[in-house]
Amino acid sequence: MNVLTISKIKDGTVIDHIPSGKALEVLRILGIRRGSRERVSMAMNVESKKMKRKDIVKVEGKFISEEELNRISLIAPDATINIIENFEIRRKFRVRIPERVEGLLRCPNGNCISNDGKEPVTSAFRIEKSENLVFAVCMYCGKKIYEIEEYLV
Amino acid sequence: MSRFRHLISIDDLERDDIEHILSKADSFVEIARGEKSSGILEGKILANLFFEPSTRTRMSFESAMKRLGGEVINLGSVEASSIAKGESLADTVRVVSGYADCIVIRHYREGSARFASVVSEVPVINAGDGAGQHPTQTLLDLYTIKKEVGLKNLRIALVGDLKYSRTVHSLIKALAHFGAEMLLVSPEALKLPDELKENGSFAECDLEYAVENADVIYVTRIQKERFPDEEEYRKVAGSYRITAEMLKNSSAVIMHPLPRVDEISYDVDSLPNAIYFRQAFYGVPVRMAILTEVML
Repeated sequence: MNVLTISKIKDGTVIDHIPSGKALEVLRILGIRRGSRERVSMAMNVESKKMKRKDIVKVEGKFISEEELNRISLIAPDATINIIENFEIRRKFRVRIPERVEGLLRCPNGNCISNDGKEPVTSAFRIEKSENLVFAVCMYCGKKIYEIEEYLV
Repeated sequence: MSRFRHLISIDDLERDDIEHILSKADSFVEIARGEKSSGILEGKILANLFFEPSTRTRMSFESAMKRLGGEVINLGSVEASSIAKGESLADTVRVVSGYADCIVIRHYREGSARFASVVSEVPVINAGDGAGQHPTQTLLDLYTIKKEVGLKNLRIALVGDLKYSRTVHSLIKALAHFGAEMLLVSPEALKLPDELKENGSFAECDLEYAVENADVIYVTRIQKERFPDEEEYRKVAGSYRITAEMLKNSSAVIMHPLPRVDEISYDVDSLPNAIYFRQAFYGVPVRMAILTEVML
């Protein structure tokens, strides 16, 4: 029998069905990094019936907005979210691909206006899906990004 | 009611928006020639913000504006402006949008015109953003084709630098709306990128086949800097040169966004096939159609 190695949380958000190895990128998308004060537990490469191997992230004491959570779909389109209150699942849903993200990705085109440090400009990308492929299109220069995690800010 | 407030990319226009501009341009041809006068834009001011060199685009916008009764103010040389002091594009656009009713911008960064449209209080027209978009050139190319041979059942050969030419890339996207058949004629190193072949009908061929079979031959300049050495460039560029001899039995019309270097020999200029100077003139009525669309 497999035993999950991280414990239940009382209140907060559980992000499940993250593709194996992508948990750290999920934290980056949520803005959780060095110096952040959230209590976070994470399991990587745990066994999964559906995905064979998956990652799980639990963020305790913080309810993350649906808009923020939907950004996770850029690298984990099948992720499921469990909102936990008093150890119970209050709500469960799958992330949805947002139409647009701002300030989350960096345009790979070095000559794009969004990379000009002198300008008061925030990067903006339209998110598109073609069959199973999720990609981002720079709203300024039109450059497409297929390897989204490489361009997370 | 305007169909669009800003003109940034040809991708923002539907086929009926394009057709609307083309038929509107028709009504401005005599005014553009100076045969009729108009005061339709009297009291309006156009600001030309050219951060990069331009002859045809800048002057044809000026001509269009002035022939419609409007005024034009120019940024002048970048070195003599606040930009030389380090002013951002955002600040320049915000300031100038207080002085004019419309801004035409050419800037070396891709996406700059889109950004300008976000910060500007007045309509913005993109006159070229780096290697990005140049929608007014595309519209005047379409207008030229419509006037000279018609857009229906069109077979057009695109010749030269199909890899980097922004003019060709925008034209291809626009022609896809009209079901044109596109013949691609280019050196191996300057082939059209596959991602641009998603919409439309394409076939590769040599220049001889294109001259015999196309209705339009759209020639672009092959730039020296795309080649590792000058010898290689000369060899390639020479084999894509249009001459009068080549056109002896051809009814295809020859277009070129200009400036040309030596990709069309001067002996072609006097042939009925040569329409590139008329094409440059059509920039005026087309830009009149665009200016009135965003300002009235």
